[in-house]
Amino acid sequence: MKPVINDFSIHVATVNGSGSQTANTVLLRAIFQMGIPVSGKNLFPSNIAGLPTWFTIRASGKGYLARGERNDVLVVMNPETAAEDVASVEPGCVVVLNDQIKIPALPEDRIVYSVPMKSLIEPITTDVKLRRLVVNMIYVGVLAELIGIDEKEIERALDAQLGHKKKALELNHKAVRAGWEWAKASLEKRDPYKLERMSATQGKILIDGNAAGALGAMFGGVTVATWYPITPSSSLVESLIGYLERFRRDPQTGKANFAVVQAEDEIAAVGMVLGAGWAGARAMTSTSGPGISLMAEFTGYGYYAEIPAVIWDIQRVGPSTGLPTRTAQGDIGFVHSLSHGDTRHVVLLPSSVRDCYDFAMAAFDLAERLQTPVFVLSDLDLGMNNWMSDPFPYPEKPWDRGKVLSEKELEGLAKFERYRDVDGDGIPYRTLPGVRDAKGAYFTRGSGHDEAARYTESSETYPRVMDRLSRKYETARSLVPPPVVETVEGAEIGFLAFGSSHWALVEARDRLTAQSLKSSYLLLKALPFTADVPRFLTAHSRIYVVEQNRDGQMAALLKAEYPQLAGRIRSVLHYTGLPITAGFVTGEVLKQEAELAPVAEGMMR
Amino acid sequence: MTVTQTPGAERNRVGLTRADYDGAKTTLCPGCGHNAITAAIIQAAFESNVEPHRLAKLSGIGCSSKTPAYFVSSSHGFNAVHGRMPSIATGVHVANRELLLIGVSGDGDTASIGLGQFCHLVRRNVPVVYIIENNGVYGLTKGQFSATADVGSTMKGGKANEMMPIDCCAVAIELGCGFVARSFSGDVKQLRALLKAAIAHRGTAVLDVISPCVTFADHEGSTKSYAYVKEHDAPLHGIDFVPYYEDITVDYAPGTTREVTMPDGSHILLKKLGEDYDPTDRDHATAAIRDAQKEGKLATGLLYVNPTSPPYDDELKLADPPLATLPLEQVRPSRQVLTQIMEQLQTGRGMGAASGGG
Repeated sequence: MKPVINDFSIHVATVNGSGSQTANTVLLRAIFQMGIPVSGKNLFPSNIAGLPTWFTIRASGKGYLARGERNDVLVVMNPETAAEDVASVEPGCVVVLNDQIKIPALPEDRIVYSVPMKSLIEPITTDVKLRRLVVNMIYVGVLAELIGIDEKEIERALDAQLGHKKKALELNHKAVRAGWEWAKASLEKRDPYKLERMSATQGKILIDGNAAGALGAMFGGVTVATWYPITPSSSLVESLIGYLERFRRDPQTGKANFAVVQAEDEIAAVGMVLGAGWAGARAMTSTSGPGISLMAEFTGYGYYAEIPAVIWDIQRVGPSTGLPTRTAQGDIGFVHSLSHGDTRHVVLLPSSVRDCYDFAMAAFDLAERLQTPVFVLSDLDLGMNNWMSDPFPYPEKPWDRGKVLSEKELEGLAKFERYRDVDGDGIPYRTLPGVRDAKGAYFTRGSGHDEAARYTESSETYPRVMDRLSRKYETARSLVPPPVVETVEGAEIGFLAFGSSHWALVEARDRLTAQSLKSSYLLLKALPFTADVPRFLTAHSRIYVVEQNRDGQMAALLKAEYPQLAGRIRSVLHYTGLPITAGFVTGEVLKQEAELAPVAEGMMR
Repeated sequence: MTVTQTPGAERNRVGLTRADYDGAKTTLCPGCGHNAITAAIIQAAFESNVEPHRLAKLSGIGCSSKTPAYFVSSSHGFNAVHGRMPSIATGVHVANRELLLIGVSGDGDTASIGLGQFCHLVRRNVPVVYIIENNGVYGLTKGQFSATADVGSTMKGGKANEMMPIDCCAVAIELGCGFVARSFSGDVKQLRALLKAAIAHRGTAVLDVISPCVTFADHEGSTKSYAYVKEHDAPLHGIDFVPYYEDITVDYAPGTTREVTMPDGSHILLKKLGEDYDPTDRDHATAAIRDAQKEGKLATGLLYVNPTSPPYDDELKLADPPLATLPLEQVRPSRQVLTQIMEQLQTGRGMGAASGGG
C-alpha cells in the first residue's frame, strides 16, 4: 500500500453543542504545529445544540487550503447521520467509528476502525454530562496514533486551549491518552494516511476572517461600531469587542475611546453609523444578507447625502432566511446598487484573512476619502473558518480622513459649499458639526439638494448632482485595491474569481496545468472594476468567472460594463452552501471546454 | 428671571442676539402650529445661551421634520429618513458627546414608522431634546390619520378614528425616560420653559407638543384642532426655568411651588395650580395621563422628571474628548500590541477575543 503523506482530509461527523469544537481545534492546531499546512472548516446547522455538524480538517503538504472534495478519514460520532455519513465514504477511505453507533455493512475496500469509546470514557469520569463532552478527545487520541500526530503537539494544543482551566485540561488530557493508548495497543493500521513533520507553517498564524477584520478595524482606528446579532457576522463584532476591551480602554480610568452599540435592528445599526460618520467618527457595522436588505434605504441616503460608512456583509445563503449557516457569494449584485434610485457602491472583496485585515483599514480610508458607504463583502467560509496566513504587518501608513475642512482652512475660505466639486474629482469638501465658523454649517438631507446643500427639485440641478456622483465613482476606480493578475504565456482561457473561491482556484489551475490546460487568472479585489479588468478580458478568448451563486452575478456586472466582451464571459457557478472545491472548478471547466471541443481541440491538449 | 425680551439688540451670555438663532423662512402652511414651536425653539436656544456650533439639529420625515431648516441656520442639520432620526442621533452622540442634539419629529415619524427607534433611543437614554410635533394627522401625504389620533376624532371628510391612540409620553415614561413633558403650540410660555429645562437635562428629553394642523385637522370633530386643544388643555402646574447663573427669587408663598434641580445647577420651578403634582413620581405621572384622558382633557406640563438617570455616554464610559476628534495615536494600538496578538495566533494561546457561534 502506497502511503499518502500530508495530503488528505479528516471529516468529523458529530452533533453540535457536544463539545467537539475543542477536540477539532486541538487536531487542527497540532497538525499546524507539525509544520503541515492545514485548514479547518466547520459545516454547521442553524441550531444551538442537537443537530448534525461536520468539521473538515484538510492537511496539504502543497499548501492547498480549499475544502478537499473527499473525506479520506471519517470520524463517526453522530448516530443520526451515521448511515448517510458512511455511505459517502469512497473506496480506500477510513471510518473511525464510535462502536456504540450501528452502521450498515460497508464494502470491504472501506477501512473501518471500531473504537470502544464508551468503555474508554467511563473510567475517566463518573459525570455523565462531562463524559459526553470529553468523549470527543478519545477520537483525538485515536487519530493521533493512527495518522501520526505528534503527542507532544497534541498536548501543546490542548494546553493552549484549556490551560487556564486546570481541571478541564486534566480530564481532556486523560481522554486523549486513553484513545491514544487504546489505538497503540489494539489498532492494526490498514490505511495509507500518514502525517509527517514539515516546516511550512513556521511563523504562520491561524485566524478566521472575522477576527482578522476586527483586528484591521481596531488598527484602522475604528471609534464607533454598531451591530445587530446575525450569523455569520456576529463573531466579527464580538472579536472586535474583545480586542477593543483589551487594548482601547484606559486601564486607569476605565474610559473607552470607542463605542460599540448593539442596535435594535440593522436599520438602526446603519443609521447610527451614518450619524457617527457624519459627526466625524470612523464608524462601521457588520451584518449578513437579511441585515443588508434592511439597510437599503439608509445606504441610499449615505450615497446621496455623501456620508462615510463601512458596512461588512459576511455573506450566507439567501434569499430570505435561506441557509443561515452556509456559505455563498450571493449578495454582490444587490449590495453593489443597494437602494432605490441610481446608486453604485464601492465594494471590497477580501479573498484571504490578510485581505480582511487590510481591507478593514482600507474601507475606512476609502469611505472617508470618497464620503460614501463602502461595503466589505466577505462570506461565511472566509469569516468563520480558520485560515493559515503569514502574520499581519503593522500599518505603516497614517489614515486618510479625506476632505474634511479644519477650523483654520474654513476660516481662510470666502465661502463654503458642501457639495461643490472644487477639485474636479467629484469629491466635495465637508465640515463636521462642532466647527466654530458659522460658514461651515450646512443642512444634510436625502431630498434633492444643490451644491450649497439647499433643498431643490430643479430639473437642472438633480442630473448635475447625479453626474457628479458618477464622476466620484470614476475617481473610486483609481483608489480601490486593484486585482491580482497572473498572465500565463500561451493561455487561452482566463479565470476571474474573488473572495473565498480564490483557494479553490489556486488548486484547480495547478490541476489543469498538469492536464496541459494553461490558464491566466485575475483575482478581483473590488468594485468598481479597474482598467486591469477589461485588459484581462480582452487578452483571453474565454474567461471563466467563478462565483458562489446561481445567477452569475459578477458575470452579469462584467457583461453590463463591457458588452463588447460579453461573448467571452462564461460562468462556473457553485451554490450548494458548502465551500467550493478545486474539483468542482476543474470539472465544470473541462466540461465546458469539451463542449467547445471542435474549436479548441488540438490547441490545448 | 429669564432674559427680558427686547427684540433685536439684546445679547445673551454667548454674545448673540435672538436673530442669530433664526433659520430659513418656513415653507409650512400659514398658521401651522409647527411654526410656533420653531419660534419657541429659537427663543429657548437664545435664552439658554446655546452656542450654534455646539448644536446639531436632527429630524426624520414629515412636515415637522422640515422645521430644523427654519431655526439656527448656523448649526449643522441632519434631515434623516422616515422614523429613523433616533439612530442618527445615537450615532452623532457617541461620535461627539459635546454636541447638544435637538431632534424634531412628528406623530407619524415617531408613533408609527419610528416607534421602535423612539423606544430604543429612550431606553438607551441618549441625550437628545426630542420634540414630537403632534397633530394626529399625516400632513405631507394629505390628511390620513396617524397613530396618535384620538378615538372618535374625525378626518376632514368626517370619518372617525376607531383605534386607540399611542400616547408617546406614556410610552416614554414606561421605558424609564428621565424627562417627559407635554405642551401645546398655543401655550408658548409653557413650551419655552419646558424647552429650556429639556436643554438642561442630560439624557433623552421627550416633549410631546400638540400642534394643530391648520389644513387637515383644524375642523370641528378633530381633537387636535386649535380650538379643541385650547379648551381641553389642563396644565398640571405653572412652570418657570431658572438658569444656573441666576438666583431663585423666592417670591412665592411656601407650599405653592416645587423645585427640581438639574445637573448643571439650574432649576425648574413648578407653581401649584389646584392639586399638587409631583413630577418625580413615575406612577403618579402615568395616572395623571390616564385620568386626563378619561376626562377628555390634555394634561400638559412636566409630566415626569428624573434628572439623575445616567445618560448613554456615561453608560458607555466614553472618553472625555469626543471620539470624532481623537488623533490616530490614540486609536491605533502600538506595534507591540500587534506583535503580541500575532504571537497568540501562532500558538493559539491566550486568545482574548470572544469567538462567535452558530
